Amino acid sequence: MTDLPNAFALQRNALWERLGLASLIMPALLLIIITMLVPVCWLFYLSVLSDAGNFSLEHYQRMWEQPSYGRTFVNTFKVSLLTTGICILLGYPLAYFLSELPQRVANLCMVAVLLPLWTSLLVRTYAWLVLLQRKGLINNWGIELGMWDEPLALVHNLTGTLIGMVHVMLPFLVLPLYSAMRAIDRNYLRAAANLGAGPLRSFWLVFFPLALPGLSAGVLIVFILCLGFYVTPAVLGGGKVIMVSSRIANDIEIFFNWGAASALGVVLLLLTALLIFGAMRLTRVGSVLSDRAAS
Amino acid sequence: MARNSSLPITISQVTKTYGKVFALDHVDLHIKSSEFLTLLGPSGSGKTTLLTVLAGFTRPDGGSLKFGDTEMITVPPHKREVGMVFQNYALFPHMTVAANVAFPLKLRGVVGAESARRVERALEMVRLGGYGARGVDQLSGGQRQRVALARAMVFEPRIMLMDEPLSALDKQLREHMQIELRQLHEQLGMTTVYVTHDQREALTMSDRIAVIQGGRIMQLDTPRAIYERPANRFVAEFIGESTFVPVNVSSGHLLLAGQPLQTAEPLPADGQRLLMLRPERLRVLADGEDPGPGFNLLAATLAATVYQGDSSLLQVALPDGTRLHVRSASIGAATPTEPGRALRLALAVQDTVLLPPDGAAT
Repeated sequence: MTDLPNAFALQRNALWERLGLASLIMPALLLIIITMLVPVCWLFYLSVLSDAGNFSLEHYQRMWEQPSYGRTFVNTFKVSLLTTGICILLGYPLAYFLSELPQRVANLCMVAVLLPLWTSLLVRTYAWLVLLQRKGLINNWGIELGMWDEPLALVHNLTGTLIGMVHVMLPFLVLPLYSAMRAIDRNYLRAAANLGAGPLRSFWLVFFPLALPGLSAGVLIVFILCLGFYVTPAVLGGGKVIMVSSRIANDIEIFFNWGAASALGVVLLLLTALLIFGAMRLTRVGSVLSDRAAS
Repeated sequence: MARNSSLPITISQVTKTYGKVFALDHVDLHIKSSEFLTLLGPSGSGKTTLLTVLAGFTRPDGGSLKFGDTEMITVPPHKREVGMVFQNYALFPHMTVAANVAFPLKLRGVVGAESARRVERALEMVRLGGYGARGVDQLSGGQRQRVALARAMVFEPRIMLMDEPLSALDKQLREHMQIELRQLHEQLGMTTVYVTHDQREALTMSDRIAVIQGGRIMQLDTPRAIYERPANRFVAEFIGESTFVPVNVSSGHLLLAGQPLQTAEPLPADGQRLLMLRPERLRVLADGEDPGPGFNLLAATLAATVYQGDSSLLQVALPDGTRLHVRSASIGAATPTEPGRALRLALAVQDTVLLPPDGAAT
């Protein structure tokens, strides 16, 4: 083939084109290496050092032996599951409603859904504290309107944590779910009805499976964000809702034990990775992020 | 599959407005049992709206729709028991071919071996036997179309609706499927309402055609009558090619560029009319040829010839300058090509069709 005229020059052009394309990702790649890859490796390294500076698995051993660590992990998963579950209950009907609206109205509503993300997480969390505390707005109104007599414990416990976390997480569920639902050709539902499916069966047999990739994507995002959530559980949980993230913070701020904190971080990272992998295998969540989203 | 019992459809006064625009304007239409009726019209004419009213997807403002003797207008789509083939097929992408076809059976409580047997038989009818295990995305356009058809037939509906089912296929496949659809209809005999904007498809397949424009039925008749005796200029223009020449009828005579014409139908009252001339119905006479009785003769001069393969299109001018098109088959007598040459044209009396003048109420 190389004896064709200009074969070499054409090959060289193709190579340059590919190099040019590759160079586009260089800034992002560098950033990832510096801010992600290096610290994560550093984290691994710290987690297998003893306090004296030798190689040791003592941090992992302690995590295994002390039941309080296990409880923290169980609690973290429980809070994350509850938050995700409530987000589904609230977000699924909302996303469905939005996907049925005319595009223009739906866009406006999406702005409203995303509005909370424009405010700082800290501000939102403390705002909830103000609203939910014993002498807060909600308790005052509830008592004045005679709905309950004693102030309800709405904050510094699981309830407050869940309220705050659901508020923060809901947009992350609604966004992918809404776009998956929007992409469903309504002719599928017409076809289902035409073939004899009432509204309920048409939903379960056709709409739900077609929207499932969007739901899995949203659930995964929310659940993973919840696992590492720190600010909201720390502020609204009032020390009663211990998440892995709070323990990591304690290990560093109170005990200055970087090794223990790193080991916790590593275990959380591995569990999360395992979870993503499992979810990818179980559902077609990967397809949402690639080609099938449009179909 | 056994020959289904079929149902007549009676539509009366069905009206649907969007704002102030009539999508359907007091439509009355009776579709006979086992009939293949085509709704033909340009996009936006209301033909698809009418079909979706039949399927139950569009809620009209008012009117009556009866399948047989049963009023259906308020019955939700999933209780109407009509088969429908969608324009983009609407095959469920998360199911195999077999699961798609089994879907209506499953909803009717038919499962297991009985379902599998009927699915396979339906697939065989559309010549896709053995394709059940495939995914929908593994099929070509023509195959998807057939699966959609199998899915619509498998529960043996007595009424079948088709919304431009062939429009996404290429020309050759489309013509092939037209014949297959027609054969299936003859075999199964369900009342079929077919929507298309393709006049040739309508002429090929239908028992009767309803030409729709502006939410109203312009003409309802057999393909031959629609083509040869269109009710007005819109129908004549929409189906086939034609030239329209304004003519005057006065005291029982019809003159075109000073030349008298006879018509098969009795002449209408005096006044302006439109003469419809189909290019293929005009014939160039050889020198000295006498077409015999039953033909009108027209003198004209040749303006230009356009070669189109199977035929040539001649542009001719009448003595008063009126331009006409004449289609001349490529075989037989050589087609004249010299511009300015004098020609004699023959037009059968029954092809001399007068239409209401432009602007007349239709």
